[in-house]
Amino acid sequence: MTAHAKTRIVGTSVPRKEGVDKVMGRSRYVDDIEREGMWHGATVRSSIPRGLIRSIRYDRRIDWTEFTVVTADDIPGQNVIQLIVSDQPCLADGEVNHCDEAILLLAHPDKHRLREAVESVRIEYDPLPPVFTIEESERRDPIVWGADNLFKSFLLEKGNVDSVWDTAAHIVEGEYRTGAQEHLYIENNGVIAEWEHETGVTVWGSLQCPFYVHKSLLAVLDLPEDKVRVIQTETGGAFGGKEDYPSTLAAHAALLALKSGHAVKMVYDRMEDLAATTKRHPSRIRHRTALDKDGKLLAMDIDLATDGGAYSTLSSTVLSRATLHSPGPYVCPNVRVRSRSWATNTVPYGAFRGFGAPQAIFAVERHMDEVAAAIGIDPVELRRKNFLHDGDTTATEQLMRDPVILDQLLDRALTESDYYAKRARFALENPTSPVKRGMGISAFYHGSGFTGSGERYLNSLAGLDVTSEDKVRVLVSSTEFGQGTNTILTQIAAESIGIGYGDVVMAPSDTGIVPNSGPTVASRTSMVVGRLIERAGSQLVNMLREQAALGQRFTRDEFFAACERYRVANGKVESLCRYEAPPDIFWDDQKYRGEAYPAFGWSIQVAQVAVATLTYSAEVEEFWAVQEVGRVLNPVLAGGQIEGGVAQGIGYALYEKVLLQKGHMVNNQMTNYIMPTAEDVPPIHVFFEQIPFQHGAYGAKGIGELPHDGPAPAILNAIRDATGIGFRAIPLLPEDLFTELAARLPVEEPFAV
Amino acid sequence: MNAPWTTVRFNLNGEACAVNAPPIKRLLDVLREDLRLTGTKEGCGEGECGSCSVRMNGELVNSCLVPVIQAEGATLQTVEGLATNGELHPLQKAFLACGGAQCGICTPGMLMAAAQLLAVNPHPNIAEIREGLAGNLCRCTGFMRIFESVVQTAANEGASIEERPAHAR
Repeated sequence: MTAHAKTRIVGTSVPRKEGVDKVMGRSRYVDDIEREGMWHGATVRSSIPRGLIRSIRYDRRIDWTEFTVVTADDIPGQNVIQLIVSDQPCLADGEVNHCDEAILLLAHPDKHRLREAVESVRIEYDPLPPVFTIEESERRDPIVWGADNLFKSFLLEKGNVDSVWDTAAHIVEGEYRTGAQEHLYIENNGVIAEWEHETGVTVWGSLQCPFYVHKSLLAVLDLPEDKVRVIQTETGGAFGGKEDYPSTLAAHAALLALKSGHAVKMVYDRMEDLAATTKRHPSRIRHRTALDKDGKLLAMDIDLATDGGAYSTLSSTVLSRATLHSPGPYVCPNVRVRSRSWATNTVPYGAFRGFGAPQAIFAVERHMDEVAAAIGIDPVELRRKNFLHDGDTTATEQLMRDPVILDQLLDRALTESDYYAKRARFALENPTSPVKRGMGISAFYHGSGFTGSGERYLNSLAGLDVTSEDKVRVLVSSTEFGQGTNTILTQIAAESIGIGYGDVVMAPSDTGIVPNSGPTVASRTSMVVGRLIERAGSQLVNMLREQAALGQRFTRDEFFAACERYRVANGKVESLCRYEAPPDIFWDDQKYRGEAYPAFGWSIQVAQVAVATLTYSAEVEEFWAVQEVGRVLNPVLAGGQIEGGVAQGIGYALYEKVLLQKGHMVNNQMTNYIMPTAEDVPPIHVFFEQIPFQHGAYGAKGIGELPHDGPAPAILNAIRDATGIGFRAIPLLPEDLFTELAARLPVEEPFAV
Repeated sequence: MNAPWTTVRFNLNGEACAVNAPPIKRLLDVLREDLRLTGTKEGCGEGECGSCSVRMNGELVNSCLVPVIQAEGATLQTVEGLATNGELHPLQKAFLACGGAQCGICTPGMLMAAAQLLAVNPHPNIAEIREGLAGNLCRCTGFMRIFESVVQTAANEGASIEERPAHAR
């Protein structure tokens, strides 16, 4: 396949499949759905970060007979949310390990009665000492999780870093920190659960992974597989924030439905969603780097720590991806990464676009600029000297078999941004200007799909069927939450079969209807699930040719006529395909070595930033993102993914601060948790180079997470260029800029004549 | 919500409308619960995100901050009132073509903000577009394609948008 392989539909910007419903306001999000006799649910949460529950008392001024009350005692199955390690209770039982942990559930027909009721449940605790930071957890006093507060650790080793320090021309060290980040999907978490004796429990919800929720409900409710059904409703943004949390919320609503006998809707308001649901893991990453006299990397010794919160949730896999991205897109003969994820008494951190990579890439790409400054070399040239190329191996000894075109991406980014001319101009202007401008870059890869052997374990199944109304349906559990799943997968199906885009629709995202094509995470949908759909399409056509007399060339009508013949003979028209790992991909979980990812997206980003020395604000004035993500399946959607990811990355760098006090988020409102608005996001220029990946759908690789990885280091590198100060932590807010700038820059006298 | 209920009358999307509700009930809830017009969304409940934006008497308001009693006698337009006889409004078409909608949850409010902007300023420059949409948060798009949607609509339609009578929308 080449970039110019002839396709009719793939590679074109067909309109978003569900777009008309969205622009007309007709799409049905979970809060838009009513069920007959539906009640509303609410959650009583822990007010302390860690302790034993001594008593639960109910204020007598409330008539509790009107309410359904659920505690851990009402759970018919296991009181555990099924994920990687089964340590997180569905409802706290006797002890709490973070603020806003769910203890008790209430349901009532009138949602306006619930707030007062929640406040009328009094919980008394015997507090235990909490830990709130990585450093406190590392001391292991107190132990708040397991035997040692440690969720997971990895050791990645290539060569021998310790053989290099004595002879290296340069050794540069640095410590970098990233804060938590809230997804801030505009639609809060929400579900509706309904229970019927005959059919079991049905959950409708705003969620990414219907089968994750399904698995969790089986355990909590102790039901057989066919008595649990999960249906995704239109989902108003997710970004990883609806990967694991809906498993908890769905279980809560299902427990209330089971006990009350009514359908129960639970839709969080913004304050509850911000306070109680997952966020991006905070990190502390230390680099020690050895280089030779020419600026070639000799050794990278990396110590990486993340704050995982109170329960392990996805911390181990987030840590794994952080570890694998921490050395950056560079060739280095000696690499050691020690990484650890620590327990603290905060709301569990979870999946968020990038999944550990943005933290790791912030550290390595900020560090590269510090290295460049320390050894007196241009930061762009330092990167260029050390870039991975095809034929090189990564830190896990993964051989780069496919073309790696970082040099080409870099050249394009430098040209498009006019990088050197601008740097030179700013260097002239800055000394006499109260606004200091700078240019910064970041270079990075993002592994597409599950890490290591993940895709083999998932063993995804996806496919197509054909309805009697002459529609081909895409059968996947891969969900749409804005990123374009519906559009991309129907484009692929139409292309593969040879029919029109309008002839293909999505089957409902309903575990009772669709097979398990795996979770909608890890930038895997286009590449992995798309490939299954591409295969299912050609398999379907072959099947019809062999068994229903479909000709070699066919019209739309001939295709559906053949489907009808096949249906008459066989009952249904269905074509399913199971994941097949690309050959020559092997990952050793024990040695942590091998093909970490089947493919990588590559990117260079450039930020132009202005720092106002009177207001201490940093503003991104313009942004360039150049990337290679395989074949671009839909240019409008792909551009939208990059722009949205960059905007979120700008927020991560300069705006978004999760403020915790004693483990409770105190800025849990949109008034106080600030994301970039239409007035803050700069012009974002997006450029794709296309090198089709032979194992992805029509050459596609992952795209969704990549753009979020680079903005934070590019922006802080630009601030370094502008001010000479290398800030090492994000979010970088005006008060942080003030602290350093006021101390180091000459005082401006704005009113002096 | 214990105050006596009252009947509030307004013109909604070109039609006369009366609801009986507590006077301080949020206009957002009246639209969604009493009138079952669920296109208008709640994102924050405090006037920050703009998902609940509707047009009221020629102004853009956050319907989560408007007690329904304030809508007495008002002319209201929600996202459901944008298309005419099934024909998409030019802004809706542009959002579709340009990729201005991703997850879609901010889209109804964003469309109302854009419609308001073009009603008062048929040919906004980019700074005016940014300002006009600054009260509406979108977490998916990074806003670029929303700006493009507005630019394209203005270029194609310009002043003709507001020249159509209100009831025709």
